[in-house]
Amino acid sequence: MYRNQLIIIRMETLDIKTGLDKNVVSVKEFVYKNITPYVGTDAFLVGPSKKTIALWEVCKNATLEERQNNGVRSVDVNTISGIANFEAGYIDKENEVIVGLQTDELLKRAMKPFGGYKVVQKALQEHGLEPSEEVNRLFTKYVKTHNDGVFDVYTSEIKKFRSLGFLTGLPDNYARGRVIGDYRRVALFGIDKLIQDKKSDLENITGPMCDATIRLREEVAEQIKALKDMIVMGNHYNLDLSRPANNAQEAVQWTYMAYLAAVKEQDGAAMSLGNVSTFLDIYIEQDLKNGVINEIEAQEYIDQFVMKLRMVRHLRMAAYDEIFAGDPTWVTEAIGGMLNDGRTKVTKTAFRFLHTLYNLGPSPEPNITVLWSPKLPENFRKFCAKVAIDTSSIQFENDDLMRTSRGSDDYGIACCVSYQEIGKQIQFFGARTNLAKTLLLAINGGKCEITGTQMVKGIDKCDNEYLDFYTVMSNFKTAMKQVAGVYNDAMNIIHYMHDKYYYEKAQMALIDTNPHVNIAYGIAGLSIVADSLSAIKYAKVKPIRNEQGLTVDFEIEGDFPKYGNDDDRVDIFAHNAVEDFNNELKKLPVYKNAEPTLSVLTITSNVVYGKKTGATPDGRPSGVPFAPGANPMHGRDTNGAIASLNSVAKIDYKDSQDGISNTFSIVPKSLGATQEERIDNLVATLTGYFTNGAQHLNVNVLDKETLLDAMEHPENYPQLTIRVSGYAVNFIRLTKEQQLEVITRSFHESM
Amino acid sequence: MNPFFTLKLKPIKTSDHTLSVHSIESFGTHDGPGIRMVIFLQGCKLKCLYCHNPDTIDTHGGTEYEIEELVQRAVKMKAYFGDKGGVTVSGGEPMLQAKNLITFFKRLKEEDIHTNIDTNGRVLNHPVIELLDKHTDLVMLDIKHMTEKGYQYITGEKNKETSFSFANYRETSGKKMWLRYVLIPEITNTPELLHALGDYFKDFETIEQIELQPYHKLGIHKWEALGWKYELEHARENTEEELQNAANILSKYFKKVKIN
Repeated sequence: MYRNQLIIIRMETLDIKTGLDKNVVSVKEFVYKNITPYVGTDAFLVGPSKKTIALWEVCKNATLEERQNNGVRSVDVNTISGIANFEAGYIDKENEVIVGLQTDELLKRAMKPFGGYKVVQKALQEHGLEPSEEVNRLFTKYVKTHNDGVFDVYTSEIKKFRSLGFLTGLPDNYARGRVIGDYRRVALFGIDKLIQDKKSDLENITGPMCDATIRLREEVAEQIKALKDMIVMGNHYNLDLSRPANNAQEAVQWTYMAYLAAVKEQDGAAMSLGNVSTFLDIYIEQDLKNGVINEIEAQEYIDQFVMKLRMVRHLRMAAYDEIFAGDPTWVTEAIGGMLNDGRTKVTKTAFRFLHTLYNLGPSPEPNITVLWSPKLPENFRKFCAKVAIDTSSIQFENDDLMRTSRGSDDYGIACCVSYQEIGKQIQFFGARTNLAKTLLLAINGGKCEITGTQMVKGIDKCDNEYLDFYTVMSNFKTAMKQVAGVYNDAMNIIHYMHDKYYYEKAQMALIDTNPHVNIAYGIAGLSIVADSLSAIKYAKVKPIRNEQGLTVDFEIEGDFPKYGNDDDRVDIFAHNAVEDFNNELKKLPVYKNAEPTLSVLTITSNVVYGKKTGATPDGRPSGVPFAPGANPMHGRDTNGAIASLNSVAKIDYKDSQDGISNTFSIVPKSLGATQEERIDNLVATLTGYFTNGAQHLNVNVLDKETLLDAMEHPENYPQLTIRVSGYAVNFIRLTKEQQLEVITRSFHESM
Repeated sequence: MNPFFTLKLKPIKTSDHTLSVHSIESFGTHDGPGIRMVIFLQGCKLKCLYCHNPDTIDTHGGTEYEIEELVQRAVKMKAYFGDKGGVTVSGGEPMLQAKNLITFFKRLKEEDIHTNIDTNGRVLNHPVIELLDKHTDLVMLDIKHMTEKGYQYITGEKNKETSFSFANYRETSGKKMWLRYVLIPEITNTPELLHALGDYFKDFETIEQIELQPYHKLGIHKWEALGWKYELEHARENTEEELQNAANILSKYFKKVKIN
């Protein structure tokens, strides 16, 4: 009822000159009605404007200062960050066509202590700083944080699993992130209308007042406050966000402001942008058509928008780097893909976004993700391949697979690889379980292989000379079931407390009230599990045990099939481990009735997981890093790139709907003799991989020598970007250990 | 003088349904168009001084693969082949196993997979002719040298004309062919030799392109591993300019010149 009345108002205010059809109730409808799909080449693209060049110089110098200053340029220790808590900040006001910074100064970081105060203290301490007295008084005496809440409630069992490395990277002392606001709504509707809608929603949430209803009313009330704060934030920059955007520049600016509100309020591990390019293109096309702007200005808006996204920072402690290296923010923007009606979502602005990697140089952020379909326009497919070859900065996901199995054609990528319908769904981030360590429980009587702590019950000691496949398999299932239970408990506590103490009111204000929730569980060590089971089955594996009876090493007699060679005998173990663990998780009740989904994704945590895991039956020595994500173990995929890709493609997306990350590294020469051939071959590779049902591929086209040289002379490679599991990092900002791990990975080479 | 050409080799004997394989590359991007499954077959009767796969020369020591298994592997890779890629057999010298290749290629064509043979063109018997005419979409013919003396120096065998007869046969059959030519400064990369090469093939209509393979020493360690002396120690790799000059000369004669 209320919505219909608003449409009438909107009809009257429809901007006749631009001719956009704004008679819509959703962003999706607006896109359907106004999109201009583009099938042409990249020939229309232009270089950076003078203003952009000048601004980027300032940013480059600032990031250099940041690196030289131990990774942090400055921190405000007095102001608690929030949507409207900082005055306006500029890079170089007269050159900025898109404005807005998280704080009042470029690369100045802000405290966001509601996730956990100790983390903020620690991060400041590492840079010789401390919070102001007032902040300290508040957070030590009066304010309870998410972290406080979680640890009040954690059971001793959860703490045990957490501290011994069975569950790692849990968002229990930092923001969970992953929620994607529909930032386009601010541009399309203006905040006044969004407030009106939320008020109407609140009116309609009525009794009986059970827990869930009371909670929802409080959430919506918080959202309304956040929307009002966004108007204030806009005012700091003399922008009237209460009304819709009226032209291309405003559409970009309004959308960015909405995103800015999110990253001022939250410091989630991943703060995706969504899929804004198609939406913004509609405004740009109109202004171009009406002669209001030219291509230089169109590119300038996108370059400067992207530049702002590259300057997003959060205050992190050093230990965070072990799990998520290189100071990532995961401003993931999904580009391309198809509409359900058969048209493509590719527009000229999709090209403009990719082109920022030339205009501003390669960069990990924003985390540009191409939604791939063989039906994408050929010119676009080739351009994407070219960008991947030239910059190693983008990743690809299977649009046909996700769109058809999950339903919506208006989705973004949460964090690294995960489908999320924009404005309709959210996701609870769940880090991951160490599945390799879980397998070791199966051969150590349910005890942690390193400390001997009893973790799970009901597993007998194996004292056979050689491991028996069926015994191990049955024990492994027992272990998985119990680990899943503890993992699920931890998740429920974490998300209950996050909602309570660090609710994402800005982002949730831009999402339908009471959205569908997916819980994003994860696993690490998949290739280790597959190879270990294969070794036990096809070779003879003799465990070497210490005086406590814990395995310290394994002797393998004979050869065995290894994951990554398109060999069904072992690939089935990878497939089944994912399916089995997912099925265990699905049996368990989840907070807010979230739908369980699972990912095979590690970020850079494969290094730290490896460190915490003893020797495994596949012959991997204690402490050695895992392969990232769903990748085969380094050097074991000996039958070439396609065989390796085919193995990963066998993991079923239905068992792992949060994503299956694979990182493909190839030396340029091996991709083809000429640039033209390399482009064609990469297009064919992506098409083949995704036709076989795979979900995600990071693409690195690099020489190992380049990486080795960059380790020696980081100063020569300030922007060298490489893809790791699900995101990209600035190579020189990885720790030495992580750099070495990347270098030892399989680089597909053939001459 | 090549020290190996005096070795007596026995013909390869395999059963009807297998191929003697040295190795398989699942992501071949330098042996024919597009992405290819490249099967390096075992055994060759030449001993080219620059051979970068000398371990494929011996006609013994290959691994027997069931033809149907190879077909199934190719089928699994088909999604990656797109509209250009497919299967290449290289070696070694594939034509030594021509009879069984007929069975293999027949099956590949049934699966609608592009077929390509990388050959030195020394064998042109009945099975080879059947293989070429009925089942091979593309032939990549190695031209070793334009003089008899040079041919003998490089390959250790006489009769450069065999590969020319092979080319002539393919030309009359009207089916697609690429030429491949290894460029070694002074030895094969001289203006006279390149002009001679161009002059001989300039009117061939079936030749889509010529690929120049710059000489490199990456295979030396394999020679050492075999306990063989590497006779081309003194040869050097081309400079960028030498490669370009060679390409410029040949571009007058061929539709397309590619430096591989």
